[in-house]
Amino acid sequence: MPQFIGRRLLLLLPVLLGVVLVTFVIVRLIPGDPCITMLGERATPAKCEVFLDRYGLNDNIFVQFGRYLINMTKGDFGESIRFTRPVSDLIAERLPLTMELTLLAMLFSTVVGVGLGVISALKRNSFIDTLTMIIANVGVSMPVFWLGLLLAYLFALVLKDTIFVLPPSGRFTAGASLQDLAVYWGMTDLTGFKRFAVEFMSNTALINCIFTGDWHMFWDSLKHLILPAVAVGTIPMSIIARMTRSSLLEVLGLDYIRTARAKGLIEKKVIGKHAFRNALIPIVTIIGIETGSLLSGAVLTETVFALPGLGTAMVGAILARDYPVIQGFTLVIALIFVVVNLLVDLSYAYLDPRIRLD
Amino acid sequence: MIILALLLLIAIFAPLIAPYDPTQLLKTETRRDPPCIHLFGCPEEKAQHLFGIDGNSRDLFSRVLYGSRLSLQVGLVTMSFAILIGTIIGAFAAYTGGMVDNILMRIMDVVMAFPSLLLAITIVSILGTGLINALLAIGIVSIPRFARLVRSTVLSVKELEYVQASRALGGSSMHILFKRILPNAITPLIVQGTLGIATAILDAAALSFLGLGAEPPRPEWGLMLGEEKNSIFSAPHLVIFPGIAIMLTVLAFNLLGDGLRDALDPRLTRSRSA
Repeated sequence: MPQFIGRRLLLLLPVLLGVVLVTFVIVRLIPGDPCITMLGERATPAKCEVFLDRYGLNDNIFVQFGRYLINMTKGDFGESIRFTRPVSDLIAERLPLTMELTLLAMLFSTVVGVGLGVISALKRNSFIDTLTMIIANVGVSMPVFWLGLLLAYLFALVLKDTIFVLPPSGRFTAGASLQDLAVYWGMTDLTGFKRFAVEFMSNTALINCIFTGDWHMFWDSLKHLILPAVAVGTIPMSIIARMTRSSLLEVLGLDYIRTARAKGLIEKKVIGKHAFRNALIPIVTIIGIETGSLLSGAVLTETVFALPGLGTAMVGAILARDYPVIQGFTLVIALIFVVVNLLVDLSYAYLDPRIRLD
Repeated sequence: MIILALLLLIAIFAPLIAPYDPTQLLKTETRRDPPCIHLFGCPEEKAQHLFGIDGNSRDLFSRVLYGSRLSLQVGLVTMSFAILIGTIIGAFAAYTGGMVDNILMRIMDVVMAFPSLLLAITIVSILGTGLINALLAIGIVSIPRFARLVRSTVLSVKELEYVQASRALGGSSMHILFKRILPNAITPLIVQGTLGIATAILDAAALSFLGLGAEPPRPEWGLMLGEEKNSIFSAPHLVIFPGIAIMLTVLAFNLLGDGLRDALDPRLTRSRSA
């Protein structure tokens, strides 16, 4: 197993380097003088000289790339032009929400998707099967942002006098805010990665509330994430349901399942222990691939639900041409995507021992 | 297929079906007025608007109809671009092999390491906002899928006997590649391309929704949703109808893609008849 992990990590290196190279090149591809592009009307020859020196743009391109790599390993992604703050600060501020949303959506899509797929496969050609597949086909065709708007309309307006009412926008109820974990723990003079980590946890509402034991706030923040998570998770849920159904149906027709039944195993064990485990590989693959869709969906849904995550910040940065932010955020999202796919790869080895031996 | 045929007819005959010009401002109408259908009791003296009036006093039904033209164009143009470039890259990589193959495929790996819509957003940020740039961005992020597909097909057939025979008969590389090898890739390309059209339409709508794609007053479904997203509680019809149009179009292409895959994949046909 360690050898397998090592090999996969090695294979990851060129892709990671490529991802870094792409994000580095992207900013250099912007047509025109970077100073004029970034400073706009404020650009004067003197200011441009200072600007080019400050961002090291006068240096050789290889020197620039080397410095970019070194800075990145230290967690330095440059400085936002719009906010004149380090991009890493913005990441610590905005990424937690996007991750919470993505993880909740992943949980929803996996649990509901696998559940629907299993029921559909076990009740093949029944009314439930047809209904599930209709839901899956329609679900996969719905624009995330449209579904988000419809959910907001349904749960915030139509169901407003019922117990199902859910907030249509925002991260918390107006006036509520999170405690600063650094203050809560009495940590002062935090620097470097430690500061980033504490700030990151502090902004991760659900974790913050667990640490501080504020369950009222926990429910409030969870309530604000339910509709966005369902909106983001619907397309992956549909794909996972379809994949689970076809994968399970394929496995259920194999000889060893007949053997398991013939030797008198109860159906629950035949499905749960024998069939499902072997049907899991394509399902896990789809979950990995769909992480990209979840992250993209999170970006769109944040706009609909006015959530202060990476997505809304990224769209704002694009419209304001704040390139260091675009660069940093794109890189972070790509890294998350690559790491999740690595975890999926590693889970194959756990699920199917034959893969470890390859 | 029925939905798709209907959609095509709507797109072709939009000028004949649409009661108004999609960009025409109807000064006598109230903004965001709900649908008025005479058959359902709307007073005869009021002008009929099947989907209501949008935030700029335009007939939403006409805009949604014209939107079908744009969405079909978006899907077809981006996928044609991605298939063309992807085929060239994939065929060239597989046919040349060695270092060139390795480099091209690693580039494809890197492009695929980004969530496609986010990479498209980033590309739009470089190229500038606008429908053409959005299409180009969606096309670029779709290339690796087709490059990989063509590469694997070329690799699987390039050493087969009939290709060797063609080579022995003195066929040029181009002749062998285009006449002998690539026809094998057409079936999977059609299936992937059809499914890709659905994704492209969704992505283009998403970019326009964010304000990075089509610009007003173009009748683009994603843009219509983006412009009226804040009216969801006061005028939900402005959000519901363009959304249904996107959903039905994407559903039609998804079903067509699935159907083509089932029909053209002999493995699936066999397992169905077994």
